[in-house]
Amino acid sequence: MVHIKRLQESGTDIIAVIGEIDASSSIELDLAIAKSVGEGFKRILVDCHALEYISSAGLGVFMSYIEEFRDKKIQMVLFGLKEKVVNTFEILGLAELLNIRENKNEALKLANELSV
Amino acid sequence: MFKNKALTRLTFLGSVIAWLTLLFSDITILFSNLQGLQPDVPLWLPRVMLGAYIVCLYYYYKFRIELDDSLNFTDLLWKVFATGLITTVVSLVFRLIVFMLGKSSLATNVVFGDFICQINLALLVNFLIAALASWKRLILYQKSKWLIRTWLVFEFILFGVLLYDSAGIRFSETVNTTMKLVIGVLVLALSANMRWVAYLNFKQKWTSLLLLLLTFFYLTYFFYTVETATESIAKGSSAFLDYRNQLFIIVLASFIIIYGIFSFLVILFNLPTSSVFEQKLEEVVNFQRISQSIQTEQDEESVYNILLESSVSSVFADAAWLEITGAANDRKMFTYRMTEQESKNIREHLEKNNIKGVLDSGTEKTKNLSKHLASMRNSRFRSLLAFPIVVKEENIGTLALLKELPDGFNKEMTRIVSTFANQAGISIENFRLMEEAFQNARYKEELKIAKTVQQSLLPTKLEQDKDFEISAFSASADEVGGDYYDTLRINDHLVALIIADVSGKGTTAAFHMSQMKGIFHSLAQQHLDPKEFMQRANQALVYCLERGSFISASYFIIDSAEKKIRYSRAGHCPVLYLRAGSKESSYLKDKGAALGMVRSKEYCNYVEANEFSYAPGDTMVLYTDGITEAKSSKGEEFGNERLAKALNEVAGANAKEIEDNIIKRLYEFSGTKNINDDYTSMTVKFHG
Repeated sequence: MVHIKRLQESGTDIIAVIGEIDASSSIELDLAIAKSVGEGFKRILVDCHALEYISSAGLGVFMSYIEEFRDKKIQMVLFGLKEKVVNTFEILGLAELLNIRENKNEALKLANELSV
Repeated sequence: MFKNKALTRLTFLGSVIAWLTLLFSDITILFSNLQGLQPDVPLWLPRVMLGAYIVCLYYYYKFRIELDDSLNFTDLLWKVFATGLITTVVSLVFRLIVFMLGKSSLATNVVFGDFICQINLALLVNFLIAALASWKRLILYQKSKWLIRTWLVFEFILFGVLLYDSAGIRFSETVNTTMKLVIGVLVLALSANMRWVAYLNFKQKWTSLLLLLLTFFYLTYFFYTVETATESIAKGSSAFLDYRNQLFIIVLASFIIIYGIFSFLVILFNLPTSSVFEQKLEEVVNFQRISQSIQTEQDEESVYNILLESSVSSVFADAAWLEITGAANDRKMFTYRMTEQESKNIREHLEKNNIKGVLDSGTEKTKNLSKHLASMRNSRFRSLLAFPIVVKEENIGTLALLKELPDGFNKEMTRIVSTFANQAGISIENFRLMEEAFQNARYKEELKIAKTVQQSLLPTKLEQDKDFEISAFSASADEVGGDYYDTLRINDHLVALIIADVSGKGTTAAFHMSQMKGIFHSLAQQHLDPKEFMQRANQALVYCLERGSFISASYFIIDSAEKKIRYSRAGHCPVLYLRAGSKESSYLKDKGAALGMVRSKEYCNYVEANEFSYAPGDTMVLYTDGITEAKSSKGEEFGNERLAKALNEVAGANAKEIEDNIIKRLYEFSGTKNINDDYTSMTVKFHG
């Protein structure tokens, strides 16, 4: 089960993911990101503080946006990942494809730098 | 069946013999009496023979009419009518013969008169007994215990009367009167049973009236014929079988006539209300059609059509429409004797006048919206009744019935159609549930196939070498995953190994797994560097993996000539390697993104190949995340450390033993045989 909250801060969309993302709940994450893109946000931060587990399907959601974000010049930064979750990203090699930062400030800074 | 047929014939033969005996004995007695001679036959013979004749006929008709289940009410009356017709025709033939004989001596002969009279009497009795069998069926329709008893008493009394007649005993007048009174009361009590009349439709009622009328005509004719014949004989002599002395015939005839008259009157008075009864019956039938429509493999559409037709015919509506939101959110419109435009006009009119009713599927009450139609111009309809169709507490549509008359619907009609609408809702709900169950079953069947496919994709035999041995294990959860492993010998000193995990589950996972197998078998043979292998595999998979799907894989080439392993990891779980020398195990965490993650040539920047030497006694364990992510009852994960420990415990053992230990520890840890992900591992033990 996953709970997703969205919060907007000065043109940046912050998506907070709470709980576990598996095959069925990955659809909700996909919807949230798609909505954010649809609303025209160029900076998207994903708050993973409360993300306990992510399955391959959940990783697939992040993965599927990489190219779209590159084309649309949208910057997505993940932050606050638990060690176990980071590990999952690293094993799959997704850590190199995504922007991952320790905390919100760093993530925001990176997003601002990249979008210049 | 055969027995019945034989009995029918036997009773018929019996009755013929009895009658012939009766005829000849009676004529002999009459003739002797006229000649003043002592007859050779006993005087009681005709009486007894009449009794025997009646009993035989009774059983004959019992088999013919009473036990024939195929007869309906009009058939029964028709049987009586047909018997009457035949007997009348026979009687008329004899009348014609008498007429043709004119005033000849034979015609005026008393003995010949008796002959004719006895024939007519026999025909009359025949007719009465046939009617008795039919009346019995009619009276005992929807019988109660009490009614059966009454009928039995009546039959016993009739039999008693018959014995009384045959014996020729004469009781006093009082006894006679009392008996007649008792019989009269019984006949009246039995004649009150007219339940069958209610089940006749209008046409059948008319037919029954006609048949009954003709039956009365026959009876009158026979009584007249027998009466006149008896009168003329009685003038000559009294030594013959006079039906007027036969109480049985009198009683039976009165019963037949009384019940006949009762039936006639009841049917006659039921004629005006029969249409109501028919309508009720039709409602029941319609109701049944709706409830049964689900069982006869019909689709939702036919349920709607039946609902529309049934509702219209039950309330005599001039037109109707049915608007339904289907399971896939599509709107369907069914109309009856009206165009869709007309219905649209009415709906728009109601909407315009802001009338809240069921037509705006917001409320669930049946509404009579007739009064709102009055304000609508250019419409031929003046009455409107609307019903909601509810499935799973959700309003899925509206049934609207229209009439050209104002105030065309009454409460009764509203109630009936609302029952129809409810039943249709239930039918549709059942139908959708069935569809769901069917889909589920199909999905399960698909999974089964996928699982078989998945199993068949895994190798049955693994490559072995003098330098190393390989053992593999794979257990899959109920849901099909996409774990894949395989080996391939490139040449005499090179062997390729692969382990892969397809993201997602079910049939697509099995499908991607088969693609991976194809890629492995075609690319590995070309002796590519592991990095090149990954790049090409990625390039091939980009075209078949859908958005968000990927495959993690590790590819190894073991070179037994140089004692080296060259490998590349593409997002797969790091391989566990135990060095025999240091007795330390470690995970080889190299850089590498899973196949399908980067869908361009740039992938080469995200994958690398590495190389190391192996020594005898080294062990390499390849596995999928199902093993490291297996959970204990406390929710803890098996993890890398426990896996390494399971290997170290049996470091010196062969590949199969190491694998067995890992699996044993894994099951011990999870505490259950029911796994929720696929467990796959491939263990390589080097001998050198």
